[in-house]
Amino acid sequence: MNGLTFDIAHLLAGSLVLISFMMLYQDRLFALINVFALHAVVLALSVAWQAYIQDAHHLYITAAIALVFKAIVIPVGLHRIIQRLGIHRDIETAVGIGPTMLAGIGLVTLSMVLMLRVTPEADPLAREDLAFALSIILLGLLVMVTRRNAVSQVVGFMSLENGLVLAATGAKGMPLVVEISVAFSILIAFIVIGVFLFRIRERFDSVDIGALDDYRGERR
Amino acid sequence: MSAFSFDAVAAILFIPAAAAAILAALPNYKMTALVNVIASLLTLLAALSLFVTERPAPGQYLLVDDLNIVFIVLNTFVGFTTSVFSASYIAHELDTGRLTAPNLRFYHAMYQIMMFGMNLAFVSNNIGLMWVAVELATLTTVLMVGIYRTHEALEAAWKYFILGSVGIALALFGTILVYMAAQPVVGEGTNAMVWSVLIEKAARFDPALLSVAFIFLLLGYGTKVGLAPLHAWLPDAHAEGPTPISAVLSGLLLNVALYALLRFKLLLAASPEAIGPGPLMVTMGLTSLIFAAFMLYRRRDIKRLFAYSSIEHMGIIVFAFGMGGPLANFAGLLHMVMHSLTKSAIFFAVGHIAQVKGTQRISEIRGLTESHPGLGWALVIGVVAIAGLPPLGIFMSEFLVVSSTFARHPWLAIPLVFGLLIAFGALLLRLTGVAFGEPRGGMAPVEASYVPMYSHLALVFAAGIYLPAPLVAWFQHVAGILG
Repeated sequence: MNGLTFDIAHLLAGSLVLISFMMLYQDRLFALINVFALHAVVLALSVAWQAYIQDAHHLYITAAIALVFKAIVIPVGLHRIIQRLGIHRDIETAVGIGPTMLAGIGLVTLSMVLMLRVTPEADPLAREDLAFALSIILLGLLVMVTRRNAVSQVVGFMSLENGLVLAATGAKGMPLVVEISVAFSILIAFIVIGVFLFRIRERFDSVDIGALDDYRGERR
Repeated sequence: MSAFSFDAVAAILFIPAAAAAILAALPNYKMTALVNVIASLLTLLAALSLFVTERPAPGQYLLVDDLNIVFIVLNTFVGFTTSVFSASYIAHELDTGRLTAPNLRFYHAMYQIMMFGMNLAFVSNNIGLMWVAVELATLTTVLMVGIYRTHEALEAAWKYFILGSVGIALALFGTILVYMAAQPVVGEGTNAMVWSVLIEKAARFDPALLSVAFIFLLLGYGTKVGLAPLHAWLPDAHAEGPTPISAVLSGLLLNVALYALLRFKLLLAASPEAIGPGPLMVTMGLTSLIFAAFMLYRRRDIKRLFAYSSIEHMGIIVFAFGMGGPLANFAGLLHMVMHSLTKSAIFFAVGHIAQVKGTQRISEIRGLTESHPGLGWALVIGVVAIAGLPPLGIFMSEFLVVSSTFARHPWLAIPLVFGLLIAFGALLLRLTGVAFGEPRGGMAPVEASYVPMYSHLALVFAAGIYLPAPLVAWFQHVAGILG
């Protein structure tokens, strides 16, 4: 493994984790979406770099999807939706930034410890990619649970999905990566359209069982 | 011969896909309901032909073996009966104006796409393709849950969507990890995702990586099975969508995710040093059972009541498969079939009941056996069956689960029986109020389709009295495969 190629791949994957952290402390929706667009750009670079070093040309398609769809189309669309719904002034973290950052650090540590321990024999590049990818996935989940607003939940889900794409491209020669990234893009398009059409503003109560009871069918 | 047998698999996939395209183009709702029924019937016949035709050799994408035939036949059968029920159900929805003609076009096309997705998940031999198929089936059901466009329905669909997407994302990460584990042994490329190749070589995979992969797959597909504590989407999705969709959600879609889990469980079992999947599944199964059993008491909405009952029964099934061994697997398989048939029959009855009474609230439905004897008694038989009373089929499968648990881990049988009894009490308590006493609510006669619900119940009854020897032999064989 050439030292430089490894370092660049490492740098890009590491920056993705860093940008995921940046998402945790954004308290304005526009800022959150801009950070997400940056996330998608770095993902596209990272995937393109993987395509180059693995000599896997089909991955360039995945990189292009990330760049066009996730870094441009979706953020622009979300900006519009936020303006239409008039929620651009909302400050909407459900949990304080301090505890969220601490939880984020804990999750990254967890994924490093877990993935590096269980993959001692794998190719070092794929191995670290996987550890970074799991960190991004867990941070994406954290964004989803610490936000109230449906739009920022969608952003959390998309950053989670970026982690999956990173993992899939890091796994050398994995088939169906392009198909899966297309399938995910369709899924996300559906979510975004759903948010817009049905004007979903607030997150509906989540896995909290107590909240389930006093709502709708169970009320009274 | 082999060319013809390939056709059976192709037909199972092609008929729903083609039907979806046709249904999307047809404007007349009576016609589309009929086409929907016919397409479902043809798919069922194609599935049945799998028994008699020669099976194709496992390819890179598709596979037919003794395990998935059981699932496919069950899936297409309930898919067919539900389409019959759906035809009479939606006619009423159209009359009351809850659905419009364009809605129905969309609904029928989605119904067939969902059948396509589920069938594809069953016959796929490729863990990536299986994931895509499960995602497709999920997406279509999300759209159908939200079809009434009421605030509640959208809320339920959104919740289902978000939780389902997170589940499906975790499952994809698990799938990638399985590929990473397989790649050094099998080599790069599609082969490292082909299940029949993986299972042969699983013993040489890195056990630690495979174990971590299974945890993600269990959480991911477990969300879709509705295992507690990942079940939050399930009651809402059942209560707010059209009732035919509740029937296929409970009867079929939960089975699809379960099937995916079983495939990966086999993979793990083939690797001796990886963690045993059994204890994890037993724990999650028991948790779901006991949790759902207690939740049954506080339900006020009749569809939510039976949705929680589905969580309970999926818990029992996952528990049985987690125990493993020929007897427990046999019991789990039988229980899965019985639960699918009974629960969909109950939802057929509940669908018509909610239509005549104009409400889903349990407190406003009384004395059904007097006002609507046909529906009322179907509900009584269904609930008696689902509660596990003899002589119906679920009694037998639950009895087998309990007795195999007693034989091997007696202390596990205590929470199991406890959960079963709690659920039993809750269901009978609710049933007496709904079925007997002074009739209340709408008294209008109902144009119900009794054939689907009573044929399901007759099958469950027959299975409780006598299981034909070839069926027993088949199930024993499949239970043997499941290890």
